[in-house]
Amino acid sequence: MAVVLFELHGVSFSRGGRRALDSIDAEIAPGATAVVGPSGSGKSTLLRLLNRLADPERGTISYRGRPLPGYDPLALRREVSLVPQLPALLGGTVESNLRYAAELAGVGLDPRRCLRLAGLGGDFAGREVAKLSVGEQQRTMLARALAQQPRVLLLDEPTSALDRTARDEVEATLTRLRGELEISLVVVSHDPDQARRLAERALRLEGGRVVACGPLEQALA
Amino acid sequence: MSGIDVSLGEVAAALALVAVAAAISRWWRAGLEDDILVAAVRSFVQLTAIGYAIELIFDVDTIWLVLALLAVMVLFGAFTARARARRVPGAFWPLLIALTVAGATTLGLVIALGIFEPTPRNLVPVGGMVIGNAMTAAAVALNRLGDEVADSRARIEATLALGATAGEAAAPIVRRALRSGTIALIDSTKTTGLIFFPGTMVGMLLAGAEPTDAVRLQLILLYALLGSVSIAALVATTLAYRNFFTPAQQLREAVE
Repeated sequence: MAVVLFELHGVSFSRGGRRALDSIDAEIAPGATAVVGPSGSGKSTLLRLLNRLADPERGTISYRGRPLPGYDPLALRREVSLVPQLPALLGGTVESNLRYAAELAGVGLDPRRCLRLAGLGGDFAGREVAKLSVGEQQRTMLARALAQQPRVLLLDEPTSALDRTARDEVEATLTRLRGELEISLVVVSHDPDQARRLAERALRLEGGRVVACGPLEQALA
Repeated sequence: MSGIDVSLGEVAAALALVAVAAAISRWWRAGLEDDILVAAVRSFVQLTAIGYAIELIFDVDTIWLVLALLAVMVLFGAFTARARARRVPGAFWPLLIALTVAGATTLGLVIALGIFEPTPRNLVPVGGMVIGNAMTAAAVALNRLGDEVADSRARIEATLALGATAGEAAAPIVRRALRSGTIALIDSTKTTGLIFFPGTMVGMLLAGAEPTDAVRLQLILLYALLGSVSIAALVATTLAYRNFFTPAQQLREAVE
């Protein structure tokens, strides 16, 4: 296993004329890392850069020791899967969404297993996504990402649309995932307590700058 | 007004209906009075100018002048349609190519199939009609494409994040844009003769042609237009959607 998953050097990025990330230097190790900080601190932007949905204006990002532009972006995204904060599924059924993702990754699909891993019953496979609650859609997004059998999951506020019970279920799911699959997590959260429950390391951002990066309690202190 | 002799006085009298349109806009505060005025003035100036140009082309009777006129129509069509596709980055070239391909293919086919002789008297009006309708279809399609991309950014990015190509992520919106570019003509073709009479047929009837001849020529043109608007909308959307994405299959920032 690589010692460093992602390495960021002098990474800056602006969006809509606003500097979202400002000369970021950070290392993200395998395992579970929480990206914490207040709203607008650049957490979601960081995830988009790690998934190469955008490129930094300055600086470099490496994944497993190789700069991101050295990867085929499509292959990278299938290996480093981003689950955005707001559910954005394709029309059709839950299973058709899972199948679409699996076909893109060129892997076989066991829809019931993916749904179970995401904390949903197998009977969800045939449900129309338009009729799901936001929380169910969010978990379907997670199941869809898992259908690609990624090595890294980038999760942007995975429980933001959920009530406390559903949040606990998703957190339990993520903890279980790490036990069942050899998968690394980078979880964006505005809640330090959630970071403590899900991760062993943390990257704390404020105003687009890194204010702490390292073992959880040290970074959150 | 009788036969095909139309006086300027009769044209001026028809402006009464333009005044009605402007009055309705003012009454409902729709803010379209300036647009209506510009449309009325521009149509008068442009059609008068093109009338003299066509007269010259018919007199000179050379195919090169016809091609030059059609090229100018395509160029202006692309500029005009671009104004309706402001949210599409770099829309001009896809529109120019779409109108060129639609015009060339449609005119080429109607000549190759022996429907029309390749004379200026045939090519100028048919070409103008084909390019005009192609422009409208391409403009509507790209307008919809721009709106759809703006409204569906989250879904497009979520699909790209799965490792889909730009083409795969944009496929549903390209399909909807294509539909919206062609559906108006398809619908009007379905209802033609029932709830409206198309322009060519009306013009021929007013000019004293036999109704069956007017109908047959109208059908030929309607079928030709169905082909040309489909080609224009297809070429414009399949070229233009790429401009929303970078070579690394990233969705570019929104253009407003």
